[in-house]
Amino acid sequence: MSTILIIEQILNGLQSGIMLFLMAAGLTLIFGVMGLINLAHGSLYMVGAFAAAAVAGATGSFLLALVAALAAAALAGAIVEMVVIRRLYKAPHLDQVLATFALILIFSEGTRWIFGSFPLFLDVPSYLSGPIRLPGGIQYPLYRLVLIGVGLSVAIGLWWLTARTRIGIQIRAGENDREMIAALGVDISKLYTIVFALGAALAGLAGALVGAIQSVQVGMGEPVLILAFVVIVIGGIGSIKGAFIGAILVGLTDTLGGIFLPQLFKLFMETGAATQTGSALASMAVYVLMSLVLIWRPTGLFGARA
Amino acid sequence: MKKVLVAALAATALAGPVVADTKIGMITTLSGGGAGLGIDVRDGFMLAISQSGRDDVEVVIEDDQRKPDIAVQLSDKMIQSEKVDIMTGIIWSNLAMAVVPAATAQGVFYLSPNAGPSALAGQGCHPNYFNVAWQNDNLHEAAGAYANSAGYGNSFILAPNYPAGKDALTGYKRFFEGELAGELYTELGQTDYAAEIAQIRASGADSVFFFLPGGMGISFLKQYADSGVDLPVVGPAFSFDQGILQAVGGAALGVVNTSQWNKDLDNATNAAFVESFQAEYGRLPSLYASQGFDTANLILSALDVASPDDADAFREALRAADFDSTRGDFVFGPNHHPIQTIYAREVVQEGDVFTNKLLGAALENHADAYAGDCKM
Repeated sequence: MSTILIIEQILNGLQSGIMLFLMAAGLTLIFGVMGLINLAHGSLYMVGAFAAAAVAGATGSFLLALVAALAAAALAGAIVEMVVIRRLYKAPHLDQVLATFALILIFSEGTRWIFGSFPLFLDVPSYLSGPIRLPGGIQYPLYRLVLIGVGLSVAIGLWWLTARTRIGIQIRAGENDREMIAALGVDISKLYTIVFALGAALAGLAGALVGAIQSVQVGMGEPVLILAFVVIVIGGIGSIKGAFIGAILVGLTDTLGGIFLPQLFKLFMETGAATQTGSALASMAVYVLMSLVLIWRPTGLFGARA
Repeated sequence: MKKVLVAALAATALAGPVVADTKIGMITTLSGGGAGLGIDVRDGFMLAISQSGRDDVEVVIEDDQRKPDIAVQLSDKMIQSEKVDIMTGIIWSNLAMAVVPAATAQGVFYLSPNAGPSALAGQGCHPNYFNVAWQNDNLHEAAGAYANSAGYGNSFILAPNYPAGKDALTGYKRFFEGELAGELYTELGQTDYAAEIAQIRASGADSVFFFLPGGMGISFLKQYADSGVDLPVVGPAFSFDQGILQAVGGAALGVVNTSQWNKDLDNATNAAFVESFQAEYGRLPSLYASQGFDTANLILSALDVASPDDADAFREALRAADFDSTRGDFVFGPNHHPIQTIYAREVVQEGDVFTNKLLGAALENHADAYAGDCKM
């Protein structure tokens, strides 16, 4: 196997990891700050993608589409927080799971009601489409490099937000002791709405960015949601840094496992059987990774709480 | 959307007070990711029922959400409490395997408008089971035959890792005479194909065959077009049907795919079907819609001859397949699967709409490979 192919696959792993980070960051913030398991996070991803597809279809502008995705997902997130989620903070996790699962169904069928049952069209803008040649003769799609860049910028922005701003201090304080910061006069319910909308906006952005190279359809968020949960468990719940490292690890494991496990089995099995066994094991690879991390560190890589 | 609902409501409401003579149970996928296929089958089916003007046929429609356990519950309910005579509608092979054997064993007739798993075509065939669409391997076999005629000698092939995916690669390999540059099973529901495309680029293949139904195919085609790999692609119609093409856009233009049906297939029934489907629902029909339409017309033609209560006579009437099919002449093989011509089509743009144009036959009067194993 050539070095070029390996480098290309590492880039692919990075790119999928970074998009996963956008999902996982919101999820881990919401879980960390509010103690809420939000299964409907994947629906916000879908809302972002559909909003982007609708706006791109109407205006032809990809940038406007991204703005619309951010706005629509943040708005949907804020509304959901104020109408439904707010009642669930004191409820047991099982009630939260039940309610947010209901939200998935409502979002999915609502989207179908508005947009119909067939997938929507959303494409990479012409100025970002096609491959470019990297040093060493690697051909790589420009859009995927842009995704890596956007994801890294968001990661830096989030770090700055949580580490260097007043609202970041409040968010971190809310994670540690919510009664205390309420007692210090911080409007906790407003803070929660902001955090939820922020998480939703990140999911919506991921949905729109990824929607351009994938299928914009009802239910597109659920497979990503499962991986995002794996990421925050690996990274440690509530930790943005953990979500970042976890997402990159999961992205790389998923991508490289899918390539190298079948190759590995070909060394001692015939091709057809090796492909099947290798692929089956590759789809388990991220869960194996999660188990290994949990054996080593039961609270995840950067998890503070048990 | 509204029209569809009204049609569905009318169909169910119609049966309310009137005691229908024949009850048909349709379990299909109407919500979730694969809903487009089920909706097309249902709309095609109900179009034929409403065109027949019969008021002695009641259709009960239920949504399986693409989940085998729900399909089984619905089927039990339909057989035991609704007492349906005929069942139809299932899209996915894994759901068909969960429902069909139990239903036919209880004396219900099952007509598949889509799924055609190999297990039900060979040793697991049943006198009460008819497949109106195809056996799963068929369109892939035709893709293999087309690749030969196009002069491809070294294909890279990929499909999801589940029963129909395995049927697909088996079917392609059964007819493709060239070498394989690579063979891959992807995850079911996978949305990112960057890793696979990189392997295709590195493999030295001269063509790509893929079976990735629904959203998987949309993702693959968009990413493939963006990757700069320009090898020709062949595939079965499932990634190039009318519902999907609009979402893929220009990335699919020129791709050759195989299907037993196309909207420009030249026969009077088909022309009337395409026109009336468009008038009724405001969109072009897909192959799934044509399969639903044919299934309903087959049932109606058999009902003209015998009632399902007289199982033997009704079965004979189904086997005779004396109806006007959108595919022209329609013939069942000994295992109740169609013997039919499978065509190569090309994705073209007509005005704003992406659709398929017929190129020619890829396999003529083709029967499936499992008919010999069927003893009934």
